[in-house]
Amino acid sequence: MLRLPTFTFHRPKTAAEAVRIKCDHGNEAMYVAGGTDLYPNMKRRQQTPTHVVSLGEIGELRSIDVRKDGGVSLGAMVLLSQIEAHPYLRQHYPAFVHAVAEISTPLLRNMGTIGGNLLLDTRCTYYDQTHEWRESIDFCMKKDGAICWVAPGSPRCWAVQSSDTVPVVCALEATVDLVGPQGARSLVAGELYRDDGIQYLTKKPEELLTRLHLPAPGGWQASYVKLRRRGTFDFPVLGVGACLWMSGKTITKANVRLGGAGSYAIPAAETEKALVGRELTDEVIAAAGALAMKPARTMDNTDLDVYWRRKVAPVYVARALQACR
Amino acid sequence: MVLDDPAARPAPQARTDAPWRHDVKKEDLKVIGKPIRKVDARSKVSGLTRFADDLTLPRMLHMKLLRSTQAHARIRHLDVSKARALPGVKGVLTGNDLPIPFGILPVSQDEHALCPDKVRFVGDPVVAIAASTEDIAWDACRLVEVDYEPLPTVGSVHEAAATEEPRIHDYGVRGNIHRLENLEFGDLAGGFAASDHVREDTFFFEGNTHLPMEQHATLAFFDRDGKLTVWSSTQTPHYLHKALTRVLHPLPAHHIRVIACPNGGGFGGKSDPFNHEICAAKMTILTGRPVKIALTREEVFWCHRGRHPVLMKARVGVSKTGRIKALDFQSYLDGGAYGSYGTASTFYTGALQTVTYAVENYHFRGVRFFTNKAPCGPKRGHGTPQPRFALEVLLDKIAHDLGLDPAQIRLDNLAPRDSLTANFLRIGSMGLGPCIQKVVEGSSWKTRRGTREKTADGWIRGYGLACSSYLSGAGLPIYWNGMPHSGVQLKVDRSGLVTAFCGSTDIGQGSDSVLGWIIGEVLGIDPLGIRVVTSDTDLTPVDLGSYSSRVTVMTGNAAMQAAERAREIIARGAAEHLGVPPSRLVFADARVFDAEDPQKGVSFADAVIAAESRYGTIGTVGSYTPPKTAAKFRGGGVGPSPSYSYSAAVVEVEVDPATGVYRVPRIWVAHDIGRSLNAAVAMGQIEGGVYMGLGEAMMEEMAYRDRTHKGQRVFVHKIPSLLEYKSPSTLEMPDITTYVVEDPDRNGPFGAKEVGQGPLLPIMPAVANAVFDAVGVRVDEIPVSFEKVFAALEAQKNGKPGRYGPDNVPPVDFGDSLKVKTPWQGGDGTAWNEPKRDKKAAR
Ligand SMILES: Cc1cc2nc3c(=O)[nH]c(=O)nc-3n(C[C@H](O)[C@H](O)[C@H](O)COP(=O)(O)OP(=O)(O)OC[C@H]3O[C@@H](n4cnc5c(N)ncnc54)[C@H](O)[C@@H]3O)c2cc1C
Ligand code: SF4
Repeated sequence: MLRLPTFTFHRPKTAAEAVRIKCDHGNEAMYVAGGTDLYPNMKRRQQTPTHVVSLGEIGELRSIDVRKDGGVSLGAMVLLSQIEAHPYLRQHYPAFVHAVAEISTPLLRNMGTIGGNLLLDTRCTYYDQTHEWRESIDFCMKKDGAICWVAPGSPRCWAVQSSDTVPVVCALEATVDLVGPQGARSLVAGELYRDDGIQYLTKKPEELLTRLHLPAPGGWQASYVKLRRRGTFDFPVLGVGACLWMSGKTITKANVRLGGAGSYAIPAAETEKALVGRELTDEVIAAAGALAMKPARTMDNTDLDVYWRRKVAPVYVARALQACR
Repeated sequence: MVLDDPAARPAPQARTDAPWRHDVKKEDLKVIGKPIRKVDARSKVSGLTRFADDLTLPRMLHMKLLRSTQAHARIRHLDVSKARALPGVKGVLTGNDLPIPFGILPVSQDEHALCPDKVRFVGDPVVAIAASTEDIAWDACRLVEVDYEPLPTVGSVHEAAATEEPRIHDYGVRGNIHRLENLEFGDLAGGFAASDHVREDTFFFEGNTHLPMEQHATLAFFDRDGKLTVWSSTQTPHYLHKALTRVLHPLPAHHIRVIACPNGGGFGGKSDPFNHEICAAKMTILTGRPVKIALTREEVFWCHRGRHPVLMKARVGVSKTGRIKALDFQSYLDGGAYGSYGTASTFYTGALQTVTYAVENYHFRGVRFFTNKAPCGPKRGHGTPQPRFALEVLLDKIAHDLGLDPAQIRLDNLAPRDSLTANFLRIGSMGLGPCIQKVVEGSSWKTRRGTREKTADGWIRGYGLACSSYLSGAGLPIYWNGMPHSGVQLKVDRSGLVTAFCGSTDIGQGSDSVLGWIIGEVLGIDPLGIRVVTSDTDLTPVDLGSYSSRVTVMTGNAAMQAAERAREIIARGAAEHLGVPPSRLVFADARVFDAEDPQKGVSFADAVIAAESRYGTIGTVGSYTPPKTAAKFRGGGVGPSPSYSYSAAVVEVEVDPATGVYRVPRIWVAHDIGRSLNAAVAMGQIEGGVYMGLGEAMMEEMAYRDRTHKGQRVFVHKIPSLLEYKSPSTLEMPDITTYVVEDPDRNGPFGAKEVGQGPLLPIMPAVANAVFDAVGVRVDEIPVSFEKVFAALEAQKNGKPGRYGPDNVPPVDFGDSLKVKTPWQGGDGTAWNEPKRDKKAAR
């Protein structure tokens, strides 16, 4: 059996205490929420903290609040299955709830949190392997090695953004709250991520994600379409998050983000441009979809064929736009 | 007093009076055919069954294997001193400690428990370390220093055919060819000349693995009395016992006890003796402490022994009406790093084509190569799904070429019941016709196929049909011997308890229950009240193991014989006690009574007391040896079976023409089981087969990473994990309509034939045929993945043939064929140009 390495387990009661413990142990420490990402990674020795700081006993991270403006704030420790079952979210944020419901399996969603999902490690079929496997092929630069197997000439890592909610949250322009040793700050979700497989977050390692704020409903339509091999378990190999702001029938603003197609949720800028000022007709959808092939930077490090994933990206982007009608 | 004197028993072959009661009427059966629960069902569903990994013993050590990081390399230097010095490490083994090679087949004893000088694939074990905890053993493995001298890697059949040197093994035919077969039955040239339509195609079936939920585990303990006990997740305790005896020489065979634990799924993946089992045995002898090893999922991928990747070229000649005149079939097997069952696998890619359809003239050429991959072996359907896929797709194409209904072309070609095939396989009962009719009717095949109906979301529906056959146990054992293939002992106790002892192994398929049902039926007692003691080489008579769908027929027949013998003794006692002739006694409802006056009788327990009082302790035995085979040519030993099961399936697909993505909403499957011993369990096997077949059809593959790094080739399994090795989830599982067709066979207990493997076979070709029916493209390759459908659709759009698949086979000199006259040419089962062999080798 694959076993966890030994580590010290901390159970702080407040966010501030969690941050303090994390700062005390520096790189040796990591936060853990549901552990559905971190623990498998530890078993494979991809992540090897000797101190694990559990967020499980910090009550303030567990609430779902409907704000006065009708928007919703979610604590980082809210379970994915709570989101799925939440009547208000289901009614006003169907695209977000759909993205959550598409994550893995019911069992995982009972453990996994929204905070953990937003901060999910990037993935790569050369990296998400046991220590023994990685040793046999020789370690890559994301962990223990020097090269990138996916793009050997490249100075960077191309591991894939694989969270289902990130493309939607970025398209919605939701915001997140972070707490660090220097205090709290807020960011638009899109600013939390970077185009790098290793340093995929802009947040400092010791910063704790406390809340996610969804914008008030009204004036926009969002959707999420996921491509994967099976109807469950699988991470997205393409996840299209779209959000369109309308004035009457005319699109005034469009955000289309491609997950599973690069190290961050890539904006399909040409597609967005082709939508603004238009109505959502079949022709507009097809044309806008076709423009999404270029930004989909698929690499040979996920399930399913790399070229195929790229070629069908327009179809899935079009379907996401269709779903905004 | 010896009641059951073996010397006084008639030889099994001498019984010509249909001894297995295949013709008994359904209404006369009380247990057989009823959906009663399995004897071990409640323990299984409540989590109480103890699998190998659940076992612990005091002072138990934990063992880990250090495995090769190289695909093909010589071990230049091995230093275990740092590992040995790590506190907590109690034992270290290397190849030098286990110098005797082993392997499942006598002709390929090519494995070492730990590689002594050379590694042949990434995952080949090199060092075994036992420590007080698993963590220490793992850490110690990291301290071992191995210096490898890399050798060129062989990654495919094409590469293997082109690589004379280096050889992966220094035995085999030549270069990296492990086996080479060339068999010709009848007059091929004549058959093709008499054909009106000839079609040839090349197909590829990628390898896939068993994926049992239970990862292999072994516990071994060498006690102070010099006795070794090995508990293991194995399907073949007898063969493991043989391998241990060989490798642990001079430890005597009767000091070795193998207990097969309940298997959490096997599917063929636990039928070889494995290196981890042998290392655990050696380690307990070395340390004097119990030693446990539980493999990780990744290591299960290294054990593998799964489906061979097979490249195939098939040529079929038919008359205008679609009758098969000639079939020329070539298979190129990618065997991986070791022999395993590969010799049998090679023959199986050629053996069963003739059992479904009457093939007038048949030529089979098969070659198995060694490559630097995890070793291939038997997986559900062993060697036959690949050629079945090729043949069923090819027949579908021929039907379309000729404008015939693919169902009809099959019905028109059915092999006759009670006949010999071109390659001298003896067909008994044959229910393929009714199977086809069932699925054709159930699916409304005639009106729905070819309509290209659109779904609400714009996907296109299609229907595909395919058939298959499988054997009910191999006619010959793995090692040549004249002993029974299965033995059962019954102990009948004055309490009324019947205990059955048998070496058969329950891998979840229900073989323990089969014993209970058959004995319960014969003795008229509740099968759930029978105690079944199985798969313990110290306690139970030999059964060869749970492979080749042999258990129900062979163990079943042995159980029936033992039960009938017990019935005879008990009847004599009861008859005397009741004062009625034994022939008038009925055994039913746990009573023994007079057929003419049912009130006059005693409980089963009292009948046993009556018999035991008169004749002493009651114990009987039964055994089974399959009928002699008709095939006498070299290679004719693979394929013969007491009986053949038949299956047919219709698959419905819905294809997204924009992406090639498809789903399978419904499947209709019919299986000729001979007689169903238990309706619920039979359906479970059929549906399980469909599920597994669907995985192979749609997604499962043993894909390899083939890269170059620092001037050296890196060649390793791409995705050895449950998450990334894709297998269908419950959501991919379609609605299945299952038809159990019963055409009782003389050679099976109550007429039963196999059901464990056959129903998987038609699914893969039926999926490919359905995709064609929907969108008009052919994917001549398994898995039929979305990308391949898309590629074929793209090709079609660009005016090229709408096909995805291989277009060539490697050049191989097959030499001269062994020529066998077919039965209708007056052949006697020998090859007329075969060099003389001694009798033993002829087997
Ligand atoms: C088999 C399998 C399938 C999966 N399929 C999917 C899928 O289809 N789609 C998908 O999106 N995900 C999938 N996942 C990934 C994962 O389960 C989910 O993303 C889940 O939401 C992660 O949440 P968690 O609470 O378990 O995270 P954890 O494992 O606890 O944490 C994940 C990471 O975030 C950090 N972290 C967590 N919370 C905080 C916080 N509040 N502040 C700062 N850092 C924090 C942790 O240190 C860690 O690095 C899958 C996982 C598995 C094992
Ligand atoms: S993209 Fe390259 S560097 Fe990053 S994880 Fe994969 S192989 Fe390693």
